[in-house]
Amino acid sequence: MSALSLLVAKDISKRFGGVQALTDVSFTINHGEIYGLIGPNGAGKTSLFNVLTGIYEPDGGTFVFDGEPLSGAKPNEVAERGIARTFQNIRLFQNLSALENVMIGRHVRTKAGVFGAILRDQRTLAEEAAIEKRAYELLEYVGVAKRANDLAKHLAYGDQRRLEIARALATEPKLLALDEPAAGMNATETQALKRLLEDIRRDGTTILLIEHDMKLVMSVCVRVLVLDYGKKIAEDSCSVVQNDPKVIAAYLGGEVSLNLKGA
Amino acid sequence: MDTLLQQLINGLTLGSVYALVALGYTMVYGIIGLINFAHGEVVMIGAMVALSVVTALLGAHVPLPPMLIILAGLLVAIPICMAIAYTMEKVAYRPLRKAPRLAPLITAIGMSIILQNVALIVWGRNYRTFPTLIQPTTYTVHGAAITDLQVVIIVLAGLLMGGLVFIVQRTRLGMAMRATAQNPQVAGLMGIDINVVISAAFVIGAALAAVAGLMVMTYYGIAHYYMGFLLGLKAFTAAVLGGIGNLAGAMLGGILLGIIEALGAGYIGDVTNICGFPFLSDALQQQCASSDGQVSLFGSNYQDVFAFFVLILVLIFRPSGLLGERVSERA
Amino acid sequence: MTTRRKGKAIAPKAWAGVALVAIALAVLPFVAASVGQAWVRILNFAMIYIMLALGLNIVVGFAGLLDLGYIAFYAVGAYVYALLASPHFNIHLPFWVILPMGAGLACLFGVLLGAPTLKLRGDYLAIVTLGFGEIIRIFLNNLNAPVNVTNGPQGINLIDPFRVNGFSFAQAERIGGIQVFGPQKYYYVLLLLTIAVIVINLRLQNSRLGRAWEAIREDEVAAKAMGINTRNVKLLAFAMGASFGGIAGGIFSATQQFVSPESFGLFESVIVLAMVVLGGMGNIPGVILGAILLTLLPEVLRSTMEPLQNALFGRVLLDAETVRLLVFGIALVAIMLYRPAGLWPSAVRKRELEAPKVAGQ
Repeated sequence: MSALSLLVAKDISKRFGGVQALTDVSFTINHGEIYGLIGPNGAGKTSLFNVLTGIYEPDGGTFVFDGEPLSGAKPNEVAERGIARTFQNIRLFQNLSALENVMIGRHVRTKAGVFGAILRDQRTLAEEAAIEKRAYELLEYVGVAKRANDLAKHLAYGDQRRLEIARALATEPKLLALDEPAAGMNATETQALKRLLEDIRRDGTTILLIEHDMKLVMSVCVRVLVLDYGKKIAEDSCSVVQNDPKVIAAYLGGEVSLNLKGA
Repeated sequence: MDTLLQQLINGLTLGSVYALVALGYTMVYGIIGLINFAHGEVVMIGAMVALSVVTALLGAHVPLPPMLIILAGLLVAIPICMAIAYTMEKVAYRPLRKAPRLAPLITAIGMSIILQNVALIVWGRNYRTFPTLIQPTTYTVHGAAITDLQVVIIVLAGLLMGGLVFIVQRTRLGMAMRATAQNPQVAGLMGIDINVVISAAFVIGAALAAVAGLMVMTYYGIAHYYMGFLLGLKAFTAAVLGGIGNLAGAMLGGILLGIIEALGAGYIGDVTNICGFPFLSDALQQQCASSDGQVSLFGSNYQDVFAFFVLILVLIFRPSGLLGERVSERA
Repeated sequence: MTTRRKGKAIAPKAWAGVALVAIALAVLPFVAASVGQAWVRILNFAMIYIMLALGLNIVVGFAGLLDLGYIAFYAVGAYVYALLASPHFNIHLPFWVILPMGAGLACLFGVLLGAPTLKLRGDYLAIVTLGFGEIIRIFLNNLNAPVNVTNGPQGINLIDPFRVNGFSFAQAERIGGIQVFGPQKYYYVLLLLTIAVIVINLRLQNSRLGRAWEAIREDEVAAKAMGINTRNVKLLAFAMGASFGGIAGGIFSATQQFVSPESFGLFESVIVLAMVVLGGMGNIPGVILGAILLTLLPEVLRSTMEPLQNALFGRVLLDAETVRLLVFGIALVAIMLYRPAGLWPSAVRKRELEAPKVAGQ
């Protein structure tokens, strides 16, 4: 527990009926890094996300985020504390425009309520203008500005993924948790995503990244957590993990060595 | 009408009817997740059709024993109700299977209104009496009265429920229904025709509804175009109470709700009797004096409220019902 | 469907249009009265329904919460007015005191109902709200013994009209040389209130709160993940919707001068819901049109169906009331099957239903 660490997880466990999704998972994410979370399908990665972001309560274990305990927080409280996420299956507000989606991301950092809405006083109007401006900026940042007024459900798949990231960024997170943002993307799109992730990190946001695309993970992440059947089997730098026989066995169940040079 | 046993008998009778109707709700909800708002109206139509047949036969002085006349009414009502339910599903619900939840709920309300008003047009606005073909015989058991009609209702309902359980547990159709309820996509992949299964659920439910309608009509002696609404709502409450999607739950919920209602209506007067309290106004004291010390805040006229309260309480505190499983949503 | 409007100045042509509409609205009651006083009352009713429909639109259209017992809030507002401005308890408070009280009590009921139930899934919430609506009606019908609070099924009559310093809105009198009747006086009050309600709704839709409602409607899990306190925001929707219902109820009491539990049943809840659905949920202009259409429909039916049947069959086979309900039920089913976005989807709403022209989905 050093000054460097942004998120410290200790012995996180979660059970769903007969399935033990997570068992005693502990890890540390440091400020300013891109931290990978990998493992075969069903390893518990998304469950870990869901427990972290308050969708499920862990059966055991604690999270300490930015020095304060996080356990038991509800999803909206987690967002307020500074953890924003995207979803494996993309959960955009389908019938709202891209711009509106990102504007909703600003909700947690803004204040206007019923009376502000009805009276439209100076402060509310200024806040609304600021929200719209910031939303446009974020759309440009992720490269979707041209589609600002299109409905989210009409966006191309890659644009939707990036829109979801923009929306998450709108909440001014300290930790951005991305669940398979590169899923379904081709090589070019993945490269663009990689550059976006590096921009985000450079601009001060820590990233937690679930991904299956090993090239992407190994090229952007410094450290990686590997889960298998809900248990941590490795947490280390990419190069070490790449050659860890336990990790290789978990993915391939065999003796083949993975040669994954970063792109 | 005073003893606990009496209330229980009445409650069991009413509850049996609720159970039959609740089964229709729970089958449909279990398979396609739709609250079939119009189900209560199907009950009503069953009753009205049977009434028409019986009245016609009586009017034509057909020389059949009363039991057969009633049976004839039933035999006409059941297919008609089944046909209506089948058509409803095909026309108003099937096209909306992929639509957001709101849509089929609204069409269900629309269908309910259509059926009510068709009934209004065909059978008129007034309460229709069901002719007493057979004088009910009353038996006394430990100080409580039970009529043979009540016995028939309870026994017949039990037999029908048993038959349904048999169909669901022992026949191929039943297995198909259970599979579809668990996972429609996979069931379809296994070669089950989902449309047939869903139609079957509607149609079987409608058949039970027709019988229930006839039961209610013979029990209370009247039928009315609006009688399905409240009955349907209560039966739905029963289904939720027992655990929606769960056949045993619907049966248990129905009987339980009937008993709760009977006990509630029977005892609410006593429980909310204010004559024992100090600080009564003069007017209230006079009322107490002139009514043998029985002035209730809430009387049996609040009977219908019980079902609603049960519904709200169950949904707030135990939405999966008594026998249902806890279902959690995956992110 | 937020109407995103930039802060552009309104063109002179638009101002001319607005002026025209304003003049038309101003003389409308007198034009209608020349056809028959009844039509002015119908106009007033239409405006009350617009208020109701817009209130429900917040709950169903913006936040996506299906409320089948909305009429209960209308009933609360109506009965609060009736109890505080009639011979029943012999209390005669002025209308500008009672209307806010009615709104406030309705709002409170909304919060009380919403607090335990808003976590329920859509269809369950629908049934619970339906149950609540029925409970209110049953209580209104039965709270006449042992203590007579609501006067039961007989209702409360002789309710005070709006009065300001001796100027009564129910009374016909000559103003500036023109004979002005009660309904026409009420028309102008209602027009002002309706415009206020419309403006408030437009502002709500186009605000941080409105967006939060729409986020919840679209995807509640994502909304929570973005930091929206969905419970409170949903409660706000319920509370606001209930408040509008309460105000409309108070006005209803005053203009009718009589209330009874009969006017507040499930069917009335469904009518208001139909207005919202017909107009396109969340679509403010559509909902207004839906309210107007559904208020006029029975009158239109009555003035055409019965003479038509008389001409064809020599008598009335189906009275207007039954036809109206039948048409209504068929319309609900038909709209959901063929025009789920409502009869007049706004340009924005149309986009939702059109296939995208650019390769994407």
